[in-house]
Amino acid sequence: MDDLSQTQLQELYYYMKLTRSLEGRLEFLFKQGKIVGGLYSSLGQEAESIAAAYALEDGDWLGPGIRNLGALLVRGVSPKEMLLQYMAKADGPCRGKDTTTHFTDPVRGLVGPISPLGTMICVMSGVALSFKLRREPQVALTFIGEGATRTGAAHEGTNLAAVQGSPLVLIAEDNGWAFATRTHEEVANTNLVDMAEGYGVPGVQVDGNDALAVYAAAKEAVDRARGGGGMSIIEVKTYRMKGHAQHDAQKYVPPEELELWRARDPIDRYISYLTAESLATESEIAEMDKRIEAELDQAVSEAEASPMPDPVSALSGTYADAPPAELWAREL
Amino acid sequence: MTVTGVAAAQAAGEQETIDEKKAVTYLEAIREGLWEEMEADESVFILGEDIARYGGAFKLTDGFLDHFGADRVIDTPISEAAIVGAAIGASHRGLKPVCEMQFIDFIAPAFDMLVNFAAKSRYRTQIGAQIVVRGPCGGGGRGGPFHSQNVESYFLNVAGIKMVAPATAYDAKGLIKAAIRDPDPVLYFEHKFLYRRVKEVLPDEDYVVAIGSARIAREGGGLTIVTFGQMVHKSLEAAEKISAEDGAEVEVIDLRSLNPMDDETIIGSVRKTGRCLIVHEAPRTGGIAGEITARINELCFEWLDAPVRRVTGPDTPVPFSPPLEDYFLVQVDDIVKASRWLLAY
Repeated sequence: MDDLSQTQLQELYYYMKLTRSLEGRLEFLFKQGKIVGGLYSSLGQEAESIAAAYALEDGDWLGPGIRNLGALLVRGVSPKEMLLQYMAKADGPCRGKDTTTHFTDPVRGLVGPISPLGTMICVMSGVALSFKLRREPQVALTFIGEGATRTGAAHEGTNLAAVQGSPLVLIAEDNGWAFATRTHEEVANTNLVDMAEGYGVPGVQVDGNDALAVYAAAKEAVDRARGGGGMSIIEVKTYRMKGHAQHDAQKYVPPEELELWRARDPIDRYISYLTAESLATESEIAEMDKRIEAELDQAVSEAEASPMPDPVSALSGTYADAPPAELWAREL
Repeated sequence: MTVTGVAAAQAAGEQETIDEKKAVTYLEAIREGLWEEMEADESVFILGEDIARYGGAFKLTDGFLDHFGADRVIDTPISEAAIVGAAIGASHRGLKPVCEMQFIDFIAPAFDMLVNFAAKSRYRTQIGAQIVVRGPCGGGGRGGPFHSQNVESYFLNVAGIKMVAPATAYDAKGLIKAAIRDPDPVLYFEHKFLYRRVKEVLPDEDYVVAIGSARIAREGGGLTIVTFGQMVHKSLEAAEKISAEDGAEVEVIDLRSLNPMDDETIIGSVRKTGRCLIVHEAPRTGGIAGEITARINELCFEWLDAPVRRVTGPDTPVPFSPPLEDYFLVQVDDIVKASRWLLAY
């Protein structure tokens, strides 16, 4: 990779491993009953989230989906914040009012998604439109799963960004499954990249488990958007190694398929690359792993010590000026 | 100065006075409010279908493109979800978008963006969506089932969305300005039947009408009518008829804001009159009248001398043919009849 330094290449590994380890911790906490609600895993598809987000620069905006935890870490979100979110704590970015990746932060350029899918493309097309209207050289990047590409909102948002020439990069993730429905049951043409032709924008299909291939495609699209070249679609082919969420034992997934994709694990593959190219020694990698575990030990203990929200805070924050209508029924 | 010159100057002066005091229609009032906010704050921009080149289906934004340019007056594809969704995204970056729904009926495809994204944004992330979604509502224009609806009840049960519905040119201008300045999402319902039928002279100075404040459109002690939008005018007509024919005085409250609602003004009036009729154009079941009735029961049941009644559209879509639509729409006589029933109770 010509434009990434050795430090950056090692950093890519750090984020992939941090994501996997953090999700491992989350799973452990879930089994201990310390996670509230659903827990979603990006196991097996960490590379595409992280490499795509890594192509962004300061001032760019990111709209993650549910399985893009790694992208958030790249953009400065701490493991502790994610733990607080999943543990429904008062100090989490959503203060206990929402969970997962669902938080918005204009300072760090993050927009929190909602659960009805496809909607993020509309919203991120508006973020991108604002860059265009203000003539600011910034870029918005968001993700869409293969299932969600078939929503009306996804179509409307993609088309609006395309006709406006807004600086939006859309990562279309085909991870094989939309909950328990296969890709070919969601889309008749399983080459999501072909959407690009329909919308009249550049598109490329890459191996989503090849971090550097994703990075290269994302960098090209981000640079093009920043230079006034409008939106692009990047299809990443990857695989969801866990069920839809922690509650889903994925009994519908053929074991041989999991075996096939386990052999294509993006992190194992990246370690082989780093060592073969002498970009990191095995001891350097072990050192990074150790650092990650120490960071996570601290994050978990801090998150566990964090308080749950005050019940009455449920009533506040719907409107900026908090009209009494919000409270009047309780005052009777 | 010659005598002729003085006369001419006087004539010119008079002319100027008349021009200055020119009455402004409801549609022009919305347009003025929007224009002034865009002049005053460059973060305000408008987007919608055919609003730029064509100037909007009702010509409300005619001339905006030439004056404000294509970066602030944006023609979009026929994509209501994307219009509202993009507005939310732009608002997160500090812009203040005003979306036009060509007809408010077309807000349905944007429902998800409004109720799940915009409405819940501040609550769950502490970052609000400062957007306005405006559009023509209401019947009487022979628009049929898809160009005549009143949609306030669809959104009444959604915490996080404010709603306003002006009945006068003064309020139309004051409320659009307040909506644009409000940090939360505001739906602005403009009754298309009023666009060019009501007009008044507006103040020269900048003003807003506070969201959440109702207006007593007519004072009276015998009965309270709570209403909004086009029904304010029909209720006032009914009140005049009752005053002339029955000698009873009806108080008419123009809600102006549907969420938040001005409970204080409603309750204050009902405590005074002891009788209340709620009038709206939308169908009856699940309509806003039900909510107002519940509030009156909870807050001033002991003051009531009669059951709260409502006059509304029937539980049907809005029909197209003139005899059908006129039958669907609440008419002055319907309001008079229900008022007399309440006054005699």
